[in-house]
Amino acid sequence: MTDTLTPVLTEPWGADRSWTREVYEAHGGYAALDKALAMAPDDVIAAVKDSGLRGRGGAGFPTGMKWSFIPQENPNPKYLVVNADESEPGTCKDIPLMMANPHVLVEGVIISSYAIRAKKAFIYIRGEVVHVIRRVQNAVREAYEAGHLGTDIHGSGFDLDIVVHAGAGAYICGEETALLEGLEGRRGQPRLRPPFPAVAGLYASPTVINNVESIASVPSIIGHGADWFASMGTEKSKGMGIFSLSGHVKRPGQYEAPLGITLRELVDLAGGMREGHELKFWTPGGSSTPLLTAEHVDLPLDFESMAGAGTMLGTRALQLFDETVCVVRAVLRWTEFYKHESCGKCTPCREGTWWLVQTLARLEKGQGSEEDLDLLLDQCDNILGRSFCALGDGATSPISSSIKHFRDEYLAHLTHGGCPFDPAASTVWAGSADQQEVTA
Amino acid sequence: MTTTPDRTDLVTVTIDGVQVDVEPGTLVIRAAEQAGIQVPRFCDHPLLKPVGACRQCLVDVPDAGNGRGFPKPQASCTLPVSPGMVVETQASSPVADKAQQGVMELLLVNHPLDCPVCDKGGECPLQNQAMSNGRTESRFAANEGTKRTFPKPINLSPQILLDRERCIVCQRCTRFASEIAGDPFISLVERGARQQIGIAEDAPFYSYFSGNTIQICPVGALTSEAYRFRSRPFDLVSTPSVAEHDACGAAIRVDHRRGRVLRRLAGDDAAVNEEWITDKDRFAFAWPAQDDRLGYPMVRDTEADGTRGELRPASWPEAFAVAARGLAAAKAAGGVGLLPGGRLTAEDAYAWSKLARTGLGTNDVDFRARPLSAEEESFLSAVVVGSGVEGWKPGAVTYADLESARTVVLAGLEPEDEAGTIFLRLRKASLASGLRVLAVAPFATRGLAKMGGTLVPTAPGDEPAALTGLLGHADHGVDADTIVLVGERLALVPGALSAAVELAAKSGARLAWVPRRAGDRGAVETGALPGLLPGGRPVADAAARVDAAAHWGVESLPETPGRDADAIVAAAAAGDLAGLLVGGVDPADTADPAAFLAALQAASFVVSLEVRATAVTAAADVVLPVAPPVEKAGSYVTWDGRVRPFEAVLHTPAALPDCRVLAGIGEELAALGVGRALGFRTVDEVRGELAQLGPWDGEAPAFVPVAAGAGAATGDGLALAGWRTLLDDGSLQAGDKHLAATARPAVVRLSPATAAEAGLADGASATVTGDRGSLTLPVEVVDSMVDGTAWVPTNSYGTAVLSRLASPGSRVSVKGADQ
Repeated sequence: MTDTLTPVLTEPWGADRSWTREVYEAHGGYAALDKALAMAPDDVIAAVKDSGLRGRGGAGFPTGMKWSFIPQENPNPKYLVVNADESEPGTCKDIPLMMANPHVLVEGVIISSYAIRAKKAFIYIRGEVVHVIRRVQNAVREAYEAGHLGTDIHGSGFDLDIVVHAGAGAYICGEETALLEGLEGRRGQPRLRPPFPAVAGLYASPTVINNVESIASVPSIIGHGADWFASMGTEKSKGMGIFSLSGHVKRPGQYEAPLGITLRELVDLAGGMREGHELKFWTPGGSSTPLLTAEHVDLPLDFESMAGAGTMLGTRALQLFDETVCVVRAVLRWTEFYKHESCGKCTPCREGTWWLVQTLARLEKGQGSEEDLDLLLDQCDNILGRSFCALGDGATSPISSSIKHFRDEYLAHLTHGGCPFDPAASTVWAGSADQQEVTA
Repeated sequence: MTTTPDRTDLVTVTIDGVQVDVEPGTLVIRAAEQAGIQVPRFCDHPLLKPVGACRQCLVDVPDAGNGRGFPKPQASCTLPVSPGMVVETQASSPVADKAQQGVMELLLVNHPLDCPVCDKGGECPLQNQAMSNGRTESRFAANEGTKRTFPKPINLSPQILLDRERCIVCQRCTRFASEIAGDPFISLVERGARQQIGIAEDAPFYSYFSGNTIQICPVGALTSEAYRFRSRPFDLVSTPSVAEHDACGAAIRVDHRRGRVLRRLAGDDAAVNEEWITDKDRFAFAWPAQDDRLGYPMVRDTEADGTRGELRPASWPEAFAVAARGLAAAKAAGGVGLLPGGRLTAEDAYAWSKLARTGLGTNDVDFRARPLSAEEESFLSAVVVGSGVEGWKPGAVTYADLESARTVVLAGLEPEDEAGTIFLRLRKASLASGLRVLAVAPFATRGLAKMGGTLVPTAPGDEPAALTGLLGHADHGVDADTIVLVGERLALVPGALSAAVELAAKSGARLAWVPRRAGDRGAVETGALPGLLPGGRPVADAAARVDAAAHWGVESLPETPGRDADAIVAAAAAGDLAGLLVGGVDPADTADPAAFLAALQAASFVVSLEVRATAVTAAADVVLPVAPPVEKAGSYVTWDGRVRPFEAVLHTPAALPDCRVLAGIGEELAALGVGRALGFRTVDEVRGELAQLGPWDGEAPAFVPVAAGAGAATGDGLALAGWRTLLDDGSLQAGDKHLAATARPAVVRLSPATAAEAGLADGASATVTGDRGSLTLPVEVVDSMVDGTAWVPTNSYGTAVLSRLASPGSRVSVKGADQ
């Protein structure tokens, strides 16, 4: 089954000191840069458009199209901003990518900036991952030393500076306009749109904001050609992507494969579920994507199929939970995350997450009644599509999807007078002699 | 509503089935208002930028104008209309209604149910809209939900308090502070449900406009020390009025209960103050209710041995009679000077003006209770009188003109301190349309920085040269699209007003005079000046005199122009004037306070018309208490010539306006055979007479320019600059210690070079010495300050400059306080 995998971004990960420029270049790195610099910027945009690359940050907006929205006649400088504020529960692709192969991101930034005619690019990295920030900073330094960055790059006349910016620890700053606010030194809260960042983004100038993986995919598209990229994946979800498997699988980790692969294939690659256990529910792309169950394991993991199943491909953060896990408990923990991370700007998210946690906590303790499930769904209905940004929407996903698939389990809490599950059974040390009490 | 049929650029939208034509770019929430549909809202405010934070105004948009609808309800406060758009509000869309009900329920999740003890209860947008767009039972409470709480309340400033648990973080206050006032001292801090409004540890909400945040707060989160826990809105009687603290004429609403004013709010007047007022206009209302308020007339008895006795209460008829007898005697013994002061309503100023001429037969009347000049009087008579919105001269300058001008020159005027409403307009224009503000001033103030203005560095005395220098200036030349605003302080500098007039004449710029007091401009219009009769009639013009005399039914009017206020004081001190009739004049405000007090002593007969006891009261032979603005009707004339009438808020039978008191004196004088009675007793009668009198249609006097003085660089020591800060020791600010605590501290401002020369560092204590005394103040070294100049606030706490430091235009020295 190993031929299902298509290691491109992850290809050098196994090499010794894979994060260095020498290793990256030994694996063909920075070759695409010369190729790109020999092209007209618009041709680079066209190539990315032709490749069918869609945003890897979750929403799946066509990357090339986003670039073409930049009004080149605007006299202000153009900016490229890389969203590396990966903070969603379950999502863990950009951080290992930047850790193991930061140069593919740097090369992608240079090519992308060239395409949109930006002379300054920013990489906004989640502030908590200091080691990753250092990796990327070092990679940028190495790129400057090698002449990949700075003035007159490779004699092309193209100048580019990269600023590596450390966030201050807020999930909301993964929302692109909140990220821009943070980058400008303001309070990280989403901006009113329009104007859209393509027109008035960073410092009110035309700005492209892309996910790490989207930008990191660009060198391979230029290097191997748009057709090569488009040959992977499905009709509307082209190319490869990193699938992050976590939870109750034997070998959790990053699996780079064409879009459209199924969870069944991925779980097989990961050695199957934990011994003696079965898949109960899973998220396709982080906690904000409505969860799915074991009956969905054969759905292609692409944008369309996931939408068809009432969920989203998201960041391909596949969190897998086996039958030992209480879904109410998992959903409550996620909801607590959203409550903690709500920026506070708009009423539905700020107040709604506060209330959702309380309602869920009561249910988990077996308090309340069946009507509370309808109350929960009604609360979600009053938040979804009513909040200022997608964070509020995301907070409702685990709740409404879990009630849809596991209503009986909620009710079991009420009849049982509390959680019917043994929380220790879901832990890694479950079944070992050294039993520890699980409280959290 | 703009539905003029010949407009073709209007956008037609359909809201709840109602078609409405609106300006392009109108927000859906405003368009709905035009269609008569009220969408509930909290964060939305028509004068603030849209933010879309509260989500209360969600509406359904089945067609955005392009045939496609929005899949989700849209915030109508952030969505501009587009042609053909179809909008369904809560009135017609179940989706919109549920969305609004949902947001309302969520807003109440963490909002305390303390309406019965909350100051906002009864006038609370949250309370009201929870009734109209919410559910009656709380599902959150039924679910035993736990609200987030905060310790109560925190002080954002000495005046403004914040009850954080009530706050729905709509950001109206923070947006006002940064967008309108330019004082972003308050900001969002923390996040999620703990998000709150906060201040930096060392930077309280010291804004001259902070009180506006209380008024626009849609819940009871922001309160003032002045009003907190004082009243329920439904117990208050509200009366529209006009602020008495400056010449801006800001519309206010005065709320009182059982004879006591409890608070003042900004009125809504798009042409003047929009919806904002200064903290002085809002909070400085306790001054008439102080212990020193004069409650009844008093006359001074003469002791048996002929010496001066004590003041004793008297009836109004007796007081009128005693005053008339004394004034008649004084008139015979040399004459009476009238000093009405600058705080009168136009109606009252008119009564002073008329009594001087028809009752006491003199032109010795001057409202200017401050340093003045003959040049200024010529400027007022030739340029100012009759100008403005309701004047008869062309070239009126209005608030709206300030917004549309390309350049505004400020000379002798610091708008943030001296005319807050003008400041807000200028700041608004500087942000919205790039209005260029040029300040002829000794240093770049914070107010100037907030207007993005440019300093024309000018030492006191150099204003004429600076103004002249603006003609054809390479960087900031002025043209016909310029407005020059001159403050009353410019009268202090010989030739400065002349230079301003010349600048306007040569460049085509328009010129307006911005006095500091509410009554100044009305006093000009009603002739409370030695050379001017009401309606701009020059005393020196025989035809004008005849015209006024005919209206007044007298044979003739005194021919010679009278003495100005300084000359009246000098004449009284010299014994040339035997009597003084003094209105709201604080001796400490006059050019020579000691001379003023000496004149009071020297005059054989002094009549005082005042609200509260002053130094004049102590010297007066007859004390006639008059009504403060809140207890009388009247009109202020604004700097832009707008007549701002107001009616009495409190009806206190014993409080008579100046016009009634002067009428009483006039009648007694007439009974003694002196002059003619005024012929009116009420404010309404005065208004009728003023309307009948009308403006002078003859030739206006020509302005007599004065040559500029030698400038600042003469003499030893430093030139002295200064003005009154908005909040200071003014007598109309008495009674609110919390307001006083938000005043900017008094400092002496020096340039770096001047400070270094005196061996003074920033923050050091310095003693400023002038010809009248010394003041010790902390030094603030200001980079933009002109050299050789010391700036001292004119009347901050303990810094009454004219009585305690220096005479107008004199020089001072500065040294370390311990040297």
